[in-house]
Amino acid sequence: MDSKNIMIVGVGGQGTLLTSRILGGIATRAGYDVKLSEVHGMAQRGGSVVTFVRYGETVREPIVEAGQGDVLIAFEKLEALRYLHFLKQDGVVIVNNVRIDPISVVTGAATYPEDILETLHARRRTIVVEGTKTATELGVPKAFNVVVLGAAAKHMEFPKEDWLDVIRNTVPPKTIDVNIRAFEAGYELE
Amino acid sequence: MKKILLGNEAIARGAYEAGVSVSSAYPGTPSTEVSETLAKYDEVYAEWAPNEKVAAETAIGASISGVRSMCAMKMVGLNVAADPLYTAAYTGVNGGMVVVVADDPGMYSSQNEQDTRMIGRASMIPVLEPSDSAEAKEFTRLAFDLSEEYDTPIILRTTTRLAHSQGVVELEDRKEREPIPYQKDVMKYVMMPGMAIKRHLVVEERMKRMAENACTMSVNRAEYGDLSIGFITDGIPYQYVKEVFPNASVLKIGLVNPLPRKLIEEFAARVDCLYIVEELEPVIEEQVRSWGISKAIGKEIFTIQGEYSANMLREKVLGTLPPIDPPASAPARPPILCPGCPHRSVYTAITSLKLHAAGDIGCYTLGAMAPLSAIDSTICMGASISTLHGMGKARGKEYLHDWVAVIGDSTFMHTGVNSLMGMVYNQGTGTVVILDNSTTGMTGHQDHAATGKTLKGEMVPAISIYHLCKAIGVEHVYEVNALDQKELREVLKRETQRDAVSVIIAMSPCALLKGVSFPNKCVPIPEKCRKCGACLKPGCPALTKNEDGTIKIDPTMCNGCGLCMQLCHFDAIECRKVGE
Repeated sequence: MDSKNIMIVGVGGQGTLLTSRILGGIATRAGYDVKLSEVHGMAQRGGSVVTFVRYGETVREPIVEAGQGDVLIAFEKLEALRYLHFLKQDGVVIVNNVRIDPISVVTGAATYPEDILETLHARRRTIVVEGTKTATELGVPKAFNVVVLGAAAKHMEFPKEDWLDVIRNTVPPKTIDVNIRAFEAGYELE
Repeated sequence: MKKILLGNEAIARGAYEAGVSVSSAYPGTPSTEVSETLAKYDEVYAEWAPNEKVAAETAIGASISGVRSMCAMKMVGLNVAADPLYTAAYTGVNGGMVVVVADDPGMYSSQNEQDTRMIGRASMIPVLEPSDSAEAKEFTRLAFDLSEEYDTPIILRTTTRLAHSQGVVELEDRKEREPIPYQKDVMKYVMMPGMAIKRHLVVEERMKRMAENACTMSVNRAEYGDLSIGFITDGIPYQYVKEVFPNASVLKIGLVNPLPRKLIEEFAARVDCLYIVEELEPVIEEQVRSWGISKAIGKEIFTIQGEYSANMLREKVLGTLPPIDPPASAPARPPILCPGCPHRSVYTAITSLKLHAAGDIGCYTLGAMAPLSAIDSTICMGASISTLHGMGKARGKEYLHDWVAVIGDSTFMHTGVNSLMGMVYNQGTGTVVILDNSTTGMTGHQDHAATGKTLKGEMVPAISIYHLCKAIGVEHVYEVNALDQKELREVLKRETQRDAVSVIIAMSPCALLKGVSFPNKCVPIPEKCRKCGACLKPGCPALTKNEDGTIKIDPTMCNGCGLCMQLCHFDAIECRKVGE
């Protein structure tokens, strides 16, 4: 098969690394060749962050390039917009319905686009997830990323039990329970 | 057992399996995880050195004593370590020694884009370059064997994309090794001119022998396919070539210094059209051309800057790209200082006094960006203090009355302390602000000599920066609370006017540091807010405006540092204990 190309984008500190590692884990478990590309260091400090996950029979380059993405998981709306052109025409975007202003917007030097969800819907198949809201209601606001992953998982080929198993083996032991609950909640979202 | 590992983790695993005993390093993105991973193996002694020169010398010492040793660094760290390494090429090794150097094409977190392969050539140290995590482990093991076989340190070159990509790796067991007996040999290990002249000949002969043998090494591999198009490539670009041209002929170079000349000549003769695909400098290309292979196409179509990609190859070689939407217009989101970061507070005080700042390397370099715009120069690790000193010597004491140097605690211990010695010794003047957040922040929280904890997690006595400065001979050393605007402004105002060396140690731990808790949250009082925006000026990401222009503070982001509260003239922000 051609490789499957997934991108996780967000703001530094939102947990794109953990999410990509869960994705890498589930693809490995299914017996695929897997490559992940991450961002460490300076770029992590509150900046725009993108990680790539590719799996298939044999994966060559570790990155997803413009026009090649199958799935775009976005933890923030503006970041979904920024990387939208990385998706294939039939690619799908799963976006957390949350807005985080870049500093240029806070200081008034730039404006935050108001119509992001409309733009996403117009250009690609778009699934809007209330990840932050759901996680906050569950009392685990920081686990919104796993809620969004749960919503995305429903549109991917792996069985739910495998996802849960990989999460148990990937997240820090103390947070297993929180993350399982977050994933289940995301999986159940319409 | 198979596992997906980061390139850096795979290198550490390779070193572990190869029986490495001693590792010394200074953190530097994208190399840091090599040393952090090695530290987790009980069989390996791993430490943070104050800087890369010390790390390299520690590894050299371990090697001379007969064990396998390693040091890892980013490419600019290699400059710091260059002095011992150029000479270690002459002495050679006893136990195998590997120097991991991570380049950063595209400069994700670096101040320049230098190419380590060039330093490999200049220092006559062989350079291996893997293309994925599996090779990263394999090549590291091989590097130790080659090091002992050819009696030379080996550089293992990676790039950000390899270091921070994960791929599937087959884990094997560690092979324990007895130390190789040490024998005193002044002709080999004492590099005075008389001995070094003879060793230089040994180095030349070694590189010639290795270049010949390189033609049959498995890391250099000709993959013949369609002979009408051929690529010579190394490292991560190999993956881009295979992605776009799965059927083309490819000569994959794993040992990039010295190059396998005969293998390259044979490959070049068999393919009709020849491309050389290498990120950064034309290191392979220039050598290939010097051998009279004129058909090679390289940097005339491929860039010297930044990372390569499959799309770049499609465009430059095929002249076509699949249809891609134009990127949507979206306001940029550059990295910024975190909420509660003590650096933001110090920079706020510095800019309120309209001071210039000679900067340094760390998270605090982000203070150069708007809205703080507090830094005038950033050169390299430790340079803030010495550049300030140079300005003072050039323009006189008065000139420094509106200048400071800013440097982090880890960077001060790295090389800043040497600069301060020079300043004191040469009767300089100037105000040095040490931003002491108790960690090496930018690379992800590594300990150093002044934190009181080792890479292995052992608690040790911390070197006191205060007493260190005093011991050097700085009379005016002050420890201040980095989150207290009044105190910061007072001490900065006073010390910058003093015609002497002053050190202000602005102390407050990194807001992200493990174990740091924030008992307070900043809370806006909307009815008192005059919408002046004074609290927004330092650019704290927790602060935004409501639609009516009053201030809104995101409680999930706020760490309660109190900077915004101190800047408000109308008592419209309060700091409250969480839960009140």
